[in-house]
Amino acid sequence: MKYQSQKVAYAYFLVAMALFAIQVLGGLLAGWIYVSPNFLSELLPFNIVRMLHTNALVVWLLLGFFGAAFYLIPEESEREIYSVKLAYLQLLILVVGTLGAVLTYLFNPFPGNWLLGMQGREFIEQPMWVKLGILVAALLFLFNISMTVLAGRKTAITNVLLTGLWLLSLLWLFAMVNPDNLSLDKMYWWFVIHLWVEATWELVMASILAFLLLKLTGVDREIVEKWLYVIVATALFSGILGTGHHFYWIGLPGYWQWIGSIFSTLEVIPFFLMMSFAFVMVWKGRRNHPNKAALLWSLGASTVAFFGAGVWGFLHTLHGVNFYSHGTQITAAHGHLAFYGAYVATNLAVMSYALPHLRGRDPYNQVLNMSSFWLMTGGMAFMTFVLTFAGTIQTHMQRVLGEGFMDVQEGLSLFYLMRFGSGLAVVIGALLFIYSMMIPRRELVARDAKIIPAGE
Amino acid sequence: MSEILTKSRARNIFYGGSLFFVAIFGVLSFHSHRYVVNTSTAGMPLTDEVVLGKHVWERHSCINCHTLHGEGAYFAPELGNVMTRWGTLDDPETAYEILDSWMASQPSGVEGRRQMPYFELTEEEMRGLAEFLRWADQTDTQGWPPNDAG
Repeated sequence: MKYQSQKVAYAYFLVAMALFAIQVLGGLLAGWIYVSPNFLSELLPFNIVRMLHTNALVVWLLLGFFGAAFYLIPEESEREIYSVKLAYLQLLILVVGTLGAVLTYLFNPFPGNWLLGMQGREFIEQPMWVKLGILVAALLFLFNISMTVLAGRKTAITNVLLTGLWLLSLLWLFAMVNPDNLSLDKMYWWFVIHLWVEATWELVMASILAFLLLKLTGVDREIVEKWLYVIVATALFSGILGTGHHFYWIGLPGYWQWIGSIFSTLEVIPFFLMMSFAFVMVWKGRRNHPNKAALLWSLGASTVAFFGAGVWGFLHTLHGVNFYSHGTQITAAHGHLAFYGAYVATNLAVMSYALPHLRGRDPYNQVLNMSSFWLMTGGMAFMTFVLTFAGTIQTHMQRVLGEGFMDVQEGLSLFYLMRFGSGLAVVIGALLFIYSMMIPRRELVARDAKIIPAGE
Repeated sequence: MSEILTKSRARNIFYGGSLFFVAIFGVLSFHSHRYVVNTSTAGMPLTDEVVLGKHVWERHSCINCHTLHGEGAYFAPELGNVMTRWGTLDDPETAYEILDSWMASQPSGVEGRRQMPYFELTEEEMRGLAEFLRWADQTDTQGWPPNDAG
């Protein structure tokens, strides 16, 4: 750790990991309710569990991004963060807001109140006061980070990261827009949801990966930065009009079927480039960095993102396919692998890289960390296959043969049981990751152990 | 390659091209907004009752089990066309009565069947919710869903 203020990132990563644990446990509970529908149904209904699962995910990913920014910007800008106090104040606001949203949903103390009550719009369910708090936190963050970058060295990584973070914060303003007309509501809602995960977050992801690959492989900065611009250009060129693939069936004009189909097909390109870029950099790089776990997560993130966001996204994005598959378990399959590969794994990569520095130790427990990678990735891959099969059957029975939703669901129970099993593997992997980052003090494999080359 | 595509050129393509696509997206969004208001949701007036129903839908987080026009959770049936399924698209009174008796019977408690929570709604709220679902069902969704099963 070169700069004292990087320490701020540690607090962000701690809170992020705690919410990560809550998120996967919530997911496991939701998976169990699919298997055993009466479980907790009076005490904690499915809609609340699901809201906690998705919102914990969004908040911890954002906290991870903020932590990553606070970690890498001092190194890139070659100066301390503008204000450490503002950074902690921002974290405090976000933690209070998160707790507020959770308590509001668990106990519903202010039903119907416009400021304090529940606002159940998918993924942006926070009560209005929490939404405003998030806005204040975002403004504090942007001010803090921009002041740091403006005063220091400007690199492509900081430029792209700042562009991504500024745009995603500005888009948050649409979370407070809620037209009475449902179709308009849905259209502006996608301005936040789609333009986050399929545009601005990709900028954040690409710049974090570029930073990690720069550090881990030792490839020339000029090359890394040029390709970073190329990748994020393809991300925004395809992703902005790719919003159209959400506009097919919500009351918008028919031309979105063509625009959405064409541009969301192109959305595969940035993910393919990111994966190729990561492997070529590692292949070209001469440095043999000791933090193998961070390298594994970096390569894994770009690879799983290509399959989850790219391939599985393309699978049901053409309007002729989407007409039948829209809103089935195929969407759930894509959503899980895409979020895991693109954003969860990127966050875990930067944590694997940064935490040893932040805690003043050499890379440690590579074995446990790498085991958690394979357990989580394997579990997620299996879950994706299971849900894809379930979704294919559901699409055929419900959308082609016209059988009732609940009858079809009862026929899928075996798949939901297998999904629960794969979810269990993911949860164990996640807990193992947190354990390997926080608890053990010594490397499991001695650091001076000699690797004997084959043939000797 | 490296002489033609320099870092600064790549940067300019990124910023310039992104602005270009943002501009197109802005124009199309403006047109789409007008299309929604004047054409696709003009099947039924957006009354105070419908608006109340939308807020009832949001306050109870219905979207986190059901889907509406295919968006939401995938735990409970699609409700964008539920009034068509019930055959009550043009019959507000029957729509309200079926919805009211359905909601009153939840949770069913049947073992092994997904449970819908009980929601304490006033008659005004329940009528609003029924009207909101009838309003949503009359949106021109380009023919989606493929059949009444949703």
